[in-house]
Amino acid sequence: MILNVQELNFLYRNHDVLHNVAFEVNHGEIVAILGPNGVGKTTMLKCLNRILKANKGHIYLDGSEIKTLDTLEIARRAGYVPQRVETGRLTAFDAVLLGRRPHITWDVSERDLRIVDAIFSRLSMEHLRLSYIDEMSGGELQKIAIARALVQEPRILLLDEPTSSLDLKNQVEILSTIVDIVREHGIAAIMTMHDLNQAFRYADRFIFLKDGNIHFHGNFNDVTPEIIEDVYGLPVMMGSVGGVRCIVPGTAPA
Amino acid sequence: MDVIHFSDGKIPADYLGYVRIKLLWIIGGIILLFVLFILSISVGAVSIPPYDVLMTLLGQNINHKWDAIIWNIRLPQALTAVVAGVGLSVAGVAMQSILRNPLGSPFTLGISNAGAFGAAVSVIIFGTGTIQSTIADPISINNPYLTTITAFVFCMIATAIILLISRIRGASPEVMILTGVALSSLFTAGTMFLQYFASDTQLAAVVFWTFGDVSRAGWNELGLMTILVGLSSIYFLVNRWNYNAIDAGNETAKGLGVNVERIRLFGMTISAMITAVIVAFLGVIGFVGLVCPHMARRIIGDDQRYLIPGSCIMGGVLLLASDTVARLIVAPYVLPVAVLTAFMGAPVFIYLIVRGYKR
Repeated sequence: MILNVQELNFLYRNHDVLHNVAFEVNHGEIVAILGPNGVGKTTMLKCLNRILKANKGHIYLDGSEIKTLDTLEIARRAGYVPQRVETGRLTAFDAVLLGRRPHITWDVSERDLRIVDAIFSRLSMEHLRLSYIDEMSGGELQKIAIARALVQEPRILLLDEPTSSLDLKNQVEILSTIVDIVREHGIAAIMTMHDLNQAFRYADRFIFLKDGNIHFHGNFNDVTPEIIEDVYGLPVMMGSVGGVRCIVPGTAPA
Repeated sequence: MDVIHFSDGKIPADYLGYVRIKLLWIIGGIILLFVLFILSISVGAVSIPPYDVLMTLLGQNINHKWDAIIWNIRLPQALTAVVAGVGLSVAGVAMQSILRNPLGSPFTLGISNAGAFGAAVSVIIFGTGTIQSTIADPISINNPYLTTITAFVFCMIATAIILLISRIRGASPEVMILTGVALSSLFTAGTMFLQYFASDTQLAAVVFWTFGDVSRAGWNELGLMTILVGLSSIYFLVNRWNYNAIDAGNETAKGLGVNVERIRLFGMTISAMITAVIVAFLGVIGFVGLVCPHMARRIIGDDQRYLIPGSCIMGGVLLLASDTVARLIVAPYVLPVAVLTAFMGAPVFIYLIVRGYKR
């Protein structure tokens, strides 16, 4: 088990954002956190690597209680990709090299350079190495952010809406890459998502949040239209297209 | 235990070439600064050949008169220009990163204005600028130490207010910069208020003090500034990766294990200290802290690994060049360097803006 969350509570100005959230994530597994806007998905993700400090509860990251780890050790175990990726006047190589920060003591080593070079090859981005990230497209930038998290050599990836600003092709490309890397290296990933169809296609397990609580936690076979309607307040239909499971908002015409 | 391993990559030659160019810029900058340093000592009312300057600095006794000029006047002045330039510039580059604002500088936060207000308080209320000197200038400040201490105290009061409000409201760039803008206006208004009720002599003394001048510092002041600027520059260099992470966004930085709030507060405190000491000793020297980091950015890029040393060199070069020109332009009179920094720097900066970033 890579992550074990027990009775996680987070209060913001006396408002219960997360209430007794508990779940586990295993090696090689991808978990999608789902729910409407403002339900606490991002807050939960940020609690998992202590960007936000939970008011109550325990989080065990790779066997250690997260409160006992220093910030750099947490960053060596959990790679985080925020919702909004900011640019600067850095080359793509330098932007990804920044992901080695938790491992760097004084300056970059040969190993750091090799790891960054390998991730560029793995993500087929060799041609972008010396491009400046402020001139890149949204898809390229998102890949850079994911590459930066991967060179942290984490046990778990925490991805906050990794595809929210991308076109369909880029969404598929990035999610496929994440799945491949998680499977190849036996790490884990937690993704907050809005697109239920993408979540059902790429994640192994689903956590639906409602009013700061886990409303449903399970795999696709256990998800019902009623659960989704409860969470989003919208009727949906579930079906299959060419063997791929999907949902459509609305009800069947009479 | 499963961990990602991607160590089968190569060391990319194109990236190493890119890094080498950055390092060459820095080495070139250091050489330029050194040449300028020798030239700056060499020129003036008494012209000393650069080679003889170098030999004198290396300990040879070429000419007693030159020895006295170099060791007592020109060397401390040139060193002060370099140290103050480096200090103001490194404070500027740190503030721009901490505040995530290209207008971040010791001025934006009102620290320099607080120093000027402190000097005005000293001259007008404590009466340190009322006696007319008959030796050199018609106006002088008869107790420079009290003026310096008062200026320093007010710089630190401004810093303390910014840090206190940051503590209460969170050390966000917005809180810091808005507090700084408010303080800047407050201290400027305070200075104007005092000046309105000042006598002509006091008014002239305050204005005279605010013209930053690197010739004010002696070896003791230079020593103190050098230690502070040296240690601060090392601190910023040690934290270059943290500043790079902060430049990539708060959340990215936190995700990389950087204690963003602590780095911000420490960086602000250190930048403010540098500014306070320099302003207190030398007066207000504008432009360097704001513009030198941007000049360096346009040549060397935003990566703090190169930007911090690049800005330090650029600050040293600009202030030293300005001071040298200030001594020559209306010789035998010597202009305060603060008058020249903008005159010298602005055209170069405008050229760099027009030219765009070097890729």
